[in-house]
Amino acid sequence: MQAVYPLVFSAALFCVGVYGVLSRRNAVLVLMSVELMLASVTINLVTFGAILGTEADPLLTGQVFALFVLAVGAAEVGVGLAIVLLLYRNRASVNIDDADLMKY
Amino acid sequence: MTGQDILMLLVAVIGTASALLVVSSRNVVHSALYLVIALLSVAATFLLLGAEFLAWAQVLVYVGAVVVLILFGLMLTRAPIGPTAQGNELGRALPVGVSVALFGFLAVVIFLAYPSTEIVLVPTPTEALGSVLYVHWAFPFMVLGFFLTVSLIGAIILARKEEGEGPDPYADAVAEVPVPVASDTTGDPTPVGR
Repeated sequence: MQAVYPLVFSAALFCVGVYGVLSRRNAVLVLMSVELMLASVTINLVTFGAILGTEADPLLTGQVFALFVLAVGAAEVGVGLAIVLLLYRNRASVNIDDADLMKY
Repeated sequence: MTGQDILMLLVAVIGTASALLVVSSRNVVHSALYLVIALLSVAATFLLLGAEFLAWAQVLVYVGAVVVLILFGLMLTRAPIGPTAQGNELGRALPVGVSVALFGFLAVVIFLAYPSTEIVLVPTPTEALGSVLYVHWAFPFMVLGFFLTVSLIGAIILARKEEGEGPDPYADAVAEVPVPVASDTTGDPTPVGR
């Protein structure tokens, strides 16, 4: 398989995630976009591990790091949703533009 | 072009299309369901790269747990169904410009760096991955488990309801004594259901 296909797929997922974080105002949607960006990073880690590994010496460090990113992403979405719930309880809104207490 | 190439292109097209639907869908619940397809295509990419265990871990953790958690979050925050407010002209053009420019830059760099690199498919046995994980990476792995525990306890403490903390959006749902509607407007100035 050509190495560019998974790499370009990962770049596309990352850029879609960046667009979602910048353009959407719903805090839960921003969390979903961050999940997309994390998934693209794991694709990159596994792909570079597969490029650099050989038949005799399969380089598994990329997959181990991808597993770590998976766990950190799960923790991130848990804490992020707790913060969103707290924001909704205090402001009655999940619009991230309403969370402007520290703006000035 | 081998069969693996064709499958990878198919997975990439499906994944990118569903990711675009995640960020552009008007209904946030539809966004969460398109996120399932996007993350499943990521798992299929792992399978095509030979990382079997990682693919199934992705399906279990993301499709099984994270998306369900996000759906719970959507339900608990009573996210507005229907068209959501968008910014002005500049606010819409800027994210598109930033992400398209970033994608162009990354694609040029990738095509210059790996013009004809071939990935040989070597399926990773889970036993090999486990021996690497539990021998070379044993201490970081335990630290990761501790980190996961601490962050989830922190999430529980954050989301727990404390005494006298802001207006209660569930007051009308669980109140045993019927509360007059007019009394809601005297408290916090932000209206519910915006």
